[in-house]
Amino acid sequence: MKLLVPVKRVVDYNVKVRVKSDGTGVETANVKMSMNPFDEIAVEEAVRLKEKGVATEIIAVSAGPTACQEQIRTALAMGADRGILVEHDGTLEPIAVAKILKALVEKEQPQLVILGKQAIDDDMNATGQMLAALLGWAQGTFASKVELADGSATVTREVDGGLETVKLTLPAIVTADLRLNEPRYASLPNIMKARKKPIETVKPADLGVDPTPRLTVLKVEEPAKRSAGVKVGSVAELVDKLRNEAKVI
Amino acid sequence: MTILILADHDGAAVTQPTRSTIAAGAKLGEVHLLLIGEGAAAAAESASQLPSVAKVLVAEDASLAKRLAEPTAALLVTMAGSYSHLLAPASAAGKNVMPRVAALLDVQPLSDIAGVVDADTFVRPIYAGNALATVKSADPKKVITVRAASFDPVPATGGSAPVEKIVAAADPGLSSFVGAEVQKSERPELTAARIVISGGRAMGSSENFAIIEKVADKLGAAVGASRAAVDAGYAPNDFQVGQTGKIVAPELYIAVGISGAIQHLAGMKDSKVIVAINKDEEAPIFQVADYGLVGDLFKLIPELEAELDKK
Repeated sequence: MKLLVPVKRVVDYNVKVRVKSDGTGVETANVKMSMNPFDEIAVEEAVRLKEKGVATEIIAVSAGPTACQEQIRTALAMGADRGILVEHDGTLEPIAVAKILKALVEKEQPQLVILGKQAIDDDMNATGQMLAALLGWAQGTFASKVELADGSATVTREVDGGLETVKLTLPAIVTADLRLNEPRYASLPNIMKARKKPIETVKPADLGVDPTPRLTVLKVEEPAKRSAGVKVGSVAELVDKLRNEAKVI
Repeated sequence: MTILILADHDGAAVTQPTRSTIAAGAKLGEVHLLLIGEGAAAAAESASQLPSVAKVLVAEDASLAKRLAEPTAALLVTMAGSYSHLLAPASAAGKNVMPRVAALLDVQPLSDIAGVVDADTFVRPIYAGNALATVKSADPKKVITVRAASFDPVPATGGSAPVEKIVAAADPGLSSFVGAEVQKSERPELTAARIVISGGRAMGSSENFAIIEKVADKLGAAVGASRAAVDAGYAPNDFQVGQTGKIVAPELYIAVGISGAIQHLAGMKDSKVIVAINKDEEAPIFQVADYGLVGDLFKLIPELEAELDKK
């Protein structure tokens, strides 16, 4: 079984982002970039499925500028077999990415696409669901457990009240939540090996996709800042403040 | 303009985040509320009393019983022609289905909006709420999930809308429901609670969470947790407050043994009053707390419980 794993290049989760002074976006120049953490979980899940002998080949895909090759290399070092870079310099919204991935799915014919549930930059939480819709496939979002057997995927999902389990007919889409697994660190030998793995480069137009954004960003601003309050010396003082000053209990 | 809102309900009433979504929808036009799945007809009875709702639509077809994404999206797509905007709360259910609807309509969804500027323009948090983007959509129809904490919910009563039964769309039959493990609790729901008390990694074990629960019960509060506490198995996944967990904005948020990673702050920094209890006085949580108490939580929390008994 072939697996497709899309990975996104995002500002590293440890970076405290700064809004640009002209209000056009956040500062991304000279900022550490990494693979979206949820996508790392997706790659790890794919690699584990290959190690179990369930999957035969893992294709890592990234859409964006040339530098996205770095995130594809990371996926290759973790255990993916080959990469596809869909090169594009402007903004790519989930709808464009979903269309790009649909075209690649039709070409590569994977049985399962595993994605992160959400990218930590735009926080959209949309691409997996959208890809499932465009392909007419089942979706198992926010997965904390995935089991493949007999042409179906049984997916345990993290939902508001607890957990829910659904059975999906393959081919299908799974989006990874935090507790699906703990991604491995790539070892140095595997990082070296990954350098020799092939990455194919295509353009959205080669796949018949018009990536023009549907949303115009009018402005980006910092949210209202909270200022630090006071330190209290005792529990009694705290309860007194909450009762008589803040009046919340 | 007519707005369709996909409600979350518990078989008796719609959820508070749904009432917040109605408040957002009412800024755009006339609101029709759709309830689907098990118990939808019963919940529709009470939903018909919600103010700002012009019509309640109910679909109880067996294919929709568990609100699976595929048949739910198929239904919304058949209804979309009559509506300018399709909304749902940014709950697990809403986030699951709305992007699927959007793709079927060839629309870029607007996820987790925190403000309505006009019919095409919305404010949404990005980068874990460290920036707010105002975006204008060029799509002819808008598909939106709503951050409940950013809109005051409409009251539960005061309106009287007709209830209309509708039929489901053809079931794509791609997935089936296997089971659910739902935590039953007497405490208020996290996203609707007036007071939330959350524990972090410093709680040390799931047994230790009991000391927080005792305080929660004294205050009528919901219990939350940081990602670190959930990852460590101290609390169930649906307790998680943060960028990728639940977004809460209660009157009072008490963070116990939580250092205050930006991903956690993203989920609670809009709370009205924040209290932080932590033994590390340098913990970033104190930078957003209105009241900070430095010390050992295992000593302070039982003290807090005792103090709350004094009047």
